Amino acid sequence: MLSIRGIHKTFNPGTVNEKTALNNLTLELKQGDFVTVIGGNGSGKSTLLNCIAGVHTVDAGSITIDGDEVTRIPEHKRAAMLGRVFQDPMVGTAANMGIEENLALAYRRGKRRTLKWGISNQERQLYKELLSQLDLGLENRLSDKVGLLSGGQRQALTLLMATLKKPKLLLLDEHTAALDPKTAVKVLELTDKFITEGNLTTLMVTHNMRDAIKYGNRLIMMYEGRILLDIAEEAKQKLTVEDLLKRFGQASGEEFANDRALLS
Amino acid sequence: MLGLLWAVMTIGVYITYRILGIADLSVEGSITTGAAIAAHCIYTGMNPYLATFLALLGGMAAGLITGLLHTKLKIPALLSGILTMIALYSINLRILGKSNLSLLRMDTVYTVFKESSLVNNPLFVRLNIAHQLPAIILGIICVLAIVTILYWFFGTEIGCSIRATGDNPQMARAQGINTNNMIILGLIISNGLVALSGALIAQQQSFADIQMGIGSIVIGLASVIIGEVLFGRRSFYSRLMSLVFGAITYRLIIALVLKMGMPANDLKLFTAITVAAALALPTFRSYLRPLTKSMKGGAVDAVNKRNS
Ligand SMILES: Nc1ncnc2c1ncn2[C@@H]1O[C@H](COP(=O)(O)OP(=O)(O)O)[C@@H](O)[C@H]1O
Ligand SMILES: [Mg+2]
Repeated sequence: MLSIRGIHKTFNPGTVNEKTALNNLTLELKQGDFVTVIGGNGSGKSTLLNCIAGVHTVDAGSITIDGDEVTRIPEHKRAAMLGRVFQDPMVGTAANMGIEENLALAYRRGKRRTLKWGISNQERQLYKELLSQLDLGLENRLSDKVGLLSGGQRQALTLLMATLKKPKLLLLDEHTAALDPKTAVKVLELTDKFITEGNLTTLMVTHNMRDAIKYGNRLIMMYEGRILLDIAEEAKQKLTVEDLLKRFGQASGEEFANDRALLS
Repeated sequence: MLGLLWAVMTIGVYITYRILGIADLSVEGSITTGAAIAAHCIYTGMNPYLATFLALLGGMAAGLITGLLHTKLKIPALLSGILTMIALYSINLRILGKSNLSLLRMDTVYTVFKESSLVNNPLFVRLNIAHQLPAIILGIICVLAIVTILYWFFGTEIGCSIRATGDNPQMARAQGINTNNMIILGLIISNGLVALSGALIAQQQSFADIQMGIGSIVIGLASVIIGEVLFGRRSFYSRLMSLVFGAITYRLIIALVLKMGMPANDLKLFTAITVAAALALPTFRSYLRPLTKSMKGGAVDAVNKRNS
């Protein structure tokens, strides 16, 4: 489904701020893979997702989604294949537009936008049903501005928007990191439910090692812009946080440096 | 009653300033471009309605240039607007041929109304507003048509995409919207309306002047802010209408301060200060809030002390 071959990304090349964020990274995902991604701060997790989404173009290498090479395709065109949820709840939704308007924008992802009315009554019915599944009481607030919602509500809505048109690949970048622990659990459970029900191929970056182990069928750990560990299926099911830290130490020769990941 | 004609420009400014979140200075040039195109075409004998339509197209072209400078060449929006504005100054001079072109005794879009029996009704003549009625009638028609069209347009899929682009470009791109194209489209519509307004104003005052655009962005912003403060900002429709009333109110305020004896030359200074104050209002409030809070807090402390 996703095939990444030897991608490189260096920010600010040739300056004192030069930073190689991705270094010859290769990754293959099968249809239906639910891969959790962990790694220290600055190890390149967000850059990887941003390169897949087309926010950044890679310096070398190629990215193929479901057989289509997208390496040089702009972000808004790749969006047709992708669902994305971001760390910052503010990023995924338009605050000054209504809940239904946000959903309607997502519903038209990958379609040509025309002079037809931006939202139909049929859609409203659909959105009502889908929102009631979130169990956040949003189904009765269709025309409320998204800016009025809490961070957790906004992330749940963004998640719904990301999966409204079934994406070929779902990209989640620490999408529960900004939420309080209780809300984070709820959003994570919703995420797992959506992914399982839709059989969605997913890359989920998380700062929480326990979550990375608990969810998905495969786990990768990033280090200095490449994939250090890649643990799948049965091996992953038996994994513990202690194992993970030990194997990280063996592979990198360093101690794992991500305070948030260790504390949580 | 020039306010109605300025309302057309105010709506244009609102599209860039509030919907796209860009302060677009090309407005300063494109309002004159509209006036110049209309004046030149009418002067050379063209049908005034066709001339006004060409003025609209001219403004749209100016918006397109600003949009391309900003999105394709990655020049900051403010600077892109300034570049277009400066370029338009020369272009406007070329269109006008000189710095001022008079349209006295020419047929304009208002001529039909001037000759109608309604306008020449003795009552209006006696009230001494007959000469203003054509601009009022056409102004109302234009404003209502524009508000209706825009209300529809910003509810369509493309219109929603423009709003999303202004609201959160990251989100818009993630939902497959070509934000660059939406910014260009917004600038085209905005500058088209501004030029249309310039064409209508020039015909109403019977001349086009190379200087007439100076300060228009500030006038537009002042009208937007007055409209929002005085006439609410609930639904999109009421926002659009508030712009119209904002523009009219601004004109009334100007007429008032002139009557109160302010020299006309100080008008732009007055407008600039008013807009600066209005834009600074949120900042003032946030300065004042901790102040009032600490005063209230102090009062509570005092009460607590007394009670203990
Ligand atoms: N837009 C950018 N400009 C410059 N440097 C960047 C940019 N984005 C990321 N980086 C740098 O690239 C490295 C990887 O960042 P990132 O992918 O955000 O890490 P992670 O998400 O794993 O914490 C970091 O050193 C970061 O400072
Ligand atoms: Mg990150």
